[in-house]
Amino acid sequence: MARFDVYVTYKKGIFDPPGATAERALQHLGYDEVRSVRIGKYVQLEVADGTSEDRVREMCEKLLANPVIEDFRIVRVEGD
Amino acid sequence: MRFGIVVFPGSNCEQDVKHALDVLGLESRYVWHGEQDLSGLDAVVLPGGFSYGDYIRCGAVARFSPVMNEVVRFAERGGPVLGICNGFQILTEAHLLPGALLRNRGLKFICKEVTLRVEASVCHWLDAEPGSVLRIPINHNEGNYFCDEQTLERLNGNGQVVVRYCEPDGSRAPGGSAPNGALDDIAGVCNERGNVFGLMPHPERAVDPLTGGTDGRVVFEAIVRRMAKIGS
Repeated sequence: MARFDVYVTYKKGIFDPPGATAERALQHLGYDEVRSVRIGKYVQLEVADGTSEDRVREMCEKLLANPVIEDFRIVRVEGD
Repeated sequence: MRFGIVVFPGSNCEQDVKHALDVLGLESRYVWHGEQDLSGLDAVVLPGGFSYGDYIRCGAVARFSPVMNEVVRFAERGGPVLGICNGFQILTEAHLLPGALLRNRGLKFICKEVTLRVEASVCHWLDAEPGSVLRIPINHNEGNYFCDEQTLERLNGNGQVVVRYCEPDGSRAPGGSAPNGALDDIAGVCNERGNVFGLMPHPERAVDPLTGGTDGRVVFEAIVRRMAKIGS
């Protein structure tokens, strides 16, 4: 079994309401150093050995992310 | 003329659509999401609801339902397709309409009557006078329309923006009139050809004076008029 982690976030410039709310809340709590909070999705994907990253990319483009509004990042997890 | 109302697991407005069509004396039948035959149908409606629990993104899973291959083919042949609320979200995920629906700007689910301005558009599903104002309810959490700048330019240039949120007198507030934060106050768009129309407001819930007015009737009446004209 191989594992890939996929991180899905809104593209730059797209308003992220939960992120903006958390940002304001943290600043309100006194964390003045907070500049920006973006909240996205984290997907753990277990796949058959030998599955290529291209294949995972295809899954992201088709279903896990919407390229109109979201970016995604794929990380291969070794030795899990 | 016969309407098909597609029912996905989690749809919850199919009966509202059926009722609206019944009130208008229009024939319709439900189409289960596993069906792959739309023959005998002249128009297809994707109703509101929470198809597949809105998992991943609203409409992202419904888009891969067996029936959707047929809906795409139907639309490509010029068949009229209407997506209301979750139906609109499904149509954008299926790439039948441009853009996407984001979470409401204020993070709240909004359920209320709004005013919509009819724009001059190529849409087959609306032939009301441009500038006229419709009162129709909205009921959604992800209705904040978004597309990139080039797409917006194209939508405006091609007459693909069909209805915009507006003030009761038809004007648009300087800070925007969309209760959900939608880009350019956009409430509904159609494809270039005009046969596929998606909107967040629920015209099917505004067909009876008993429940708040009849402004939603125009959508169903427009497509009937158009189909009659083509047929004759």
